[in-house]
Amino acid sequence: MELIYFELLSAMLFCIGVYGVLARKHAVLVLMSIELILNAVTINAVAYATHVDGAGITGQIIAIFIITIAAAEFGLALAIILRLYAQQSNANLDEANRMKW
Amino acid sequence: MSGEVVVFTIVSAMVLFGALGVVSTKNVGHAALYLLITLISVAGIFILLLAEFLALVQILIYGGAITIVLFFGLMLTRIDEFSSIKDTVQRPVAIVISFLLLSAIATPFLQETLTEKSLVESSLRTLGHELFTQWLIPFEVASLVLLVALIGAIVVGKDD
Repeated sequence: MELIYFELLSAMLFCIGVYGVLARKHAVLVLMSIELILNAVTINAVAYATHVDGAGITGQIIAIFIITIAAAEFGLALAIILRLYAQQSNANLDEANRMKW
Repeated sequence: MSGEVVVFTIVSAMVLFGALGVVSTKNVGHAALYLLITLISVAGIFILLLAEFLALVQILIYGGAITIVLFFGLMLTRIDEFSSIKDTVQRPVAIVISFLLLSAIATPFLQETLTEKSLVESSLRTLGHELFTQWLIPFEVASLVLLVALIGAIVVGKDD
């Protein structure tokens, strides 16, 4: 398999994730789209680790760190979303505008 | 058409199908299940990239822990119309932006020349050795990040 196929897959997954972040209203759905973005980056990193001769195993180590940080951020973001839900009784990000001018 | 190309096509079709399902379904519970499909298929991509340990970690952490936490989060932020949610009004702009982003990212990739290279094999022993020698400090910092996130989630979620 060529490197370019994995790069294109990663780019398409990234752009689907970006669309999800911009277009979804519910906060947990936005969080799911962020997970898509992180997975796209992970695919790219691991593809470089396997297909490029001098890269070593750095891509897989980066992938382990991305998975770790994504898990930590997911739990924390859900705690914040639960707070938001307690405040405004729904999790719509459109209505979370009290800090706008 | 070698077997590897066929398998890659099938697995990447599953990844993209799951991703499109996450961002476009009208049912919130279905979106979580589409995300599970995507995460398991990404583990399949890792196996194609000869990173079997990473595929295992992906299934365990993403498919195991994060999906469960996600379902809890969806349950606790229960909205009235669980099965027919609307998107924001920025949806057309979002489509345009993501297509522009895709063309900007993919253009340099498409100008590469394809050459047959052999894949770099790596073992779990190499991964462990690198993680504990070259990447020791980020490893310790990552465990600190997990501790901080744990304490932070407890503090943020406290009722008082």
